[in-house]
Amino acid sequence: MGAQIGAPPGICSHSAPTLKEGSQAPGRRRIVVTLTLARHGGAEYARPEATRMQENPAAPPFAVMDFSSSPINRDLSNDDKIGFYREMIRIRRFEHLSLAQYHKGRIGGFLHLYNGQESVAVGTVSLMGENDHAITAYRCHGHALAVGMGMNECMAELLGKVSGCSQGKGGSMHFFAPNKNFWGGHGIVAGQTPLGLGLGFGLKYKGLEGCALCFLGDGAINQGAFHESLNLASLFEVPIVYVIENNGYSMGTSQLRSSAYRDCLAQRAEAYDMVWDLINGEDVYEIRAKTHIAMERARKEHRPTLLEIQTYRYYGHSVADANAAKYRTPEEIERYKSDHDPIRIWERRLTEEGIATAEELKEIEKEATKEVKAAINFAEAAAPPTIEDIQHHVYWEVDEDTEAGNSGRHFFND
Amino acid sequence: MRELQYRHAIREALDEELARDENVVVMGEEVAQYNGAYKVTEGLWEKWGDKRIVDTPISEAGFIGMGVGASMLGVRPVMELMFWSFHSVAFDQLVNNASCVRYMSGGLINVPIVVRGPANGGTGVGATHSHCPESLFAAFPGLKVCAPATASDAKGLMKAAIRDNDPVFFMENTKLYGLEGEVSDPSEGDHLVPLGLAEVKREGSDISLIAHGISVLHALEAAETLASEHSISAEVVDLRSIRPLDQDTIINSVIKTNRAVLVDESKPFAGVSSQIATLIQEHAFDHLDAPVKRVCTIDAPAIYSPHIENEQLPNPRRVVEQVLAIA
Repeated sequence: MGAQIGAPPGICSHSAPTLKEGSQAPGRRRIVVTLTLARHGGAEYARPEATRMQENPAAPPFAVMDFSSSPINRDLSNDDKIGFYREMIRIRRFEHLSLAQYHKGRIGGFLHLYNGQESVAVGTVSLMGENDHAITAYRCHGHALAVGMGMNECMAELLGKVSGCSQGKGGSMHFFAPNKNFWGGHGIVAGQTPLGLGLGFGLKYKGLEGCALCFLGDGAINQGAFHESLNLASLFEVPIVYVIENNGYSMGTSQLRSSAYRDCLAQRAEAYDMVWDLINGEDVYEIRAKTHIAMERARKEHRPTLLEIQTYRYYGHSVADANAAKYRTPEEIERYKSDHDPIRIWERRLTEEGIATAEELKEIEKEATKEVKAAINFAEAAAPPTIEDIQHHVYWEVDEDTEAGNSGRHFFND
Repeated sequence: MRELQYRHAIREALDEELARDENVVVMGEEVAQYNGAYKVTEGLWEKWGDKRIVDTPISEAGFIGMGVGASMLGVRPVMELMFWSFHSVAFDQLVNNASCVRYMSGGLINVPIVVRGPANGGTGVGATHSHCPESLFAAFPGLKVCAPATASDAKGLMKAAIRDNDPVFFMENTKLYGLEGEVSDPSEGDHLVPLGLAEVKREGSDISLIAHGISVLHALEAAETLASEHSISAEVVDLRSIRPLDQDTIINSVIKTNRAVLVDESKPFAGVSSQIATLIQEHAFDHLDAPVKRVCTIDAPAIYSPHIENEQLPNPRRVVEQVLAIA
């Protein structure tokens, strides 16, 4: 019953064991249904005939649940709370100005922006300790900055420069910082989920008390590798927390048109006898409270958890997609920006709690903008890789000039 | 010198490396309690226990990916694919993750994993279980591929593969598992065969037969026939390692014999032998007295019928015929 350990009184836990306990479950399920669908107008748009949204119109909104007094939150200092704001606004400004670079043609390939989802990376990563490791998919800039990667190396990577975090070899989808326990940045939907499982397996194998945070999008839950990974995590009791960042759309296909589910996506964990929970991604406190419980379950009990954090992205799947012109309305996006934006909501919290003034927060935003602009200058001035660089970092043994690296021919250009 | 079965030579390599390095862990379907589908890991679970010898469900994408992820943290997994033919259900993990993570991280990560299992036809199991994917994986920079033909090479290469800090895909052969060969005694010292080092298994002067895996045995048998019935002295070069590849040994042999027949259980299109042929034409063109010829698996999915399946594969008779065509 780990999911209930730190929850404030009266707060529902959506852990699998709780749901199994009987009479309360159906009522709670209806709430879940409403929360899930009401927040995903995209489902409405894509399937106007869907009626499940009306099942429980009286369900309380997320906002009535206050997680600020959860054990992991109640001792936060003002600096901590302002720090979360700073991290979120840094990500937003980084993404925003990256988009400008993309439109100027300085960034190649795809650009999957994180705007709207900042609270997820910042809230969860803020819980990471020395032996906790994170891995994610291609929408990875938010996690990268949240774990402490510098804007310079990230922007230089986007611009394909040798001073980029991956020396210009990874690009937007493939940021890495193993020294910050960040293992990418992976381009294939759900391909990172077995890798995340391996990080958890490795921690347990080495006898370290830690956990793997494995992020994925809602589109990834229909890939076989994800299900194989869930089964193994539960079977082998691997310390891992899967975090579905459910932004309502797998590319341009809404949740209702892409996934078969009853109440919510995380519920699939029940098939693997795994605890799960549903989280309102607007609220940093809730993200931290519930993710902390799951991470402790992993660290202390070696039991995995599947979390679903409901969030929303403002830009397309990648910036090249049709977005509001095709699969959702501009009104829907505007509604999320005005009513559900995690940064604005956190900003309100900070000012209402008297932690910071609007002016002080504005100043932090300005600093973030300055930091991104400096990163762009850094990246522009940095050198691109050379043709010789193309064949570095293919084989460890070759790069390290070992005996094995000098035995036989490794490359076949002629 | 003592003789060991090929499978037992691999087991001995695993056992020695399990003892040498606590980060080595053997994983795969039926490798522990069942003792291995082909008994390669027999007795290891009893000796090393649950932590070091791990049975996985039939879930190749999941457990291979798990091994890749664990290797990023410094675990050294040796993963068994019951058949290399099952690579297709784990392809994303084998290719996008095992081979590309180091590169995409700009060298910040390395993946010290071994994926091993049998990769061969000729056992009556039809097309889905008879793939020889060594050329496929050798085509991905970042991966290393080897295919030993003898018990001694199997042991030495396995130990080198486990110690290698890059992903090594190790192709064995169910038809070789029961064959015995000389393997040096552990008391004589660590038996290591470096990757990237071919071996001339038989010296000759008239033609080079260049092969890997079980095709080496076909080439050796053909060489016997060529010597006794046709007075042709064939040299047999065993590649042992596909990538890295010992180009020098190949080219030196061709320069000596001026003719080459490549024996390769891959399919002909872009098989291992295609790469060898292109290297020979590029680096030994002036030394060739005849076109380079190949004996590959006949170009179709693997036929089931036991009456004919060995005719689809390279065999000594087909090698002799091809040699006689150019010698």
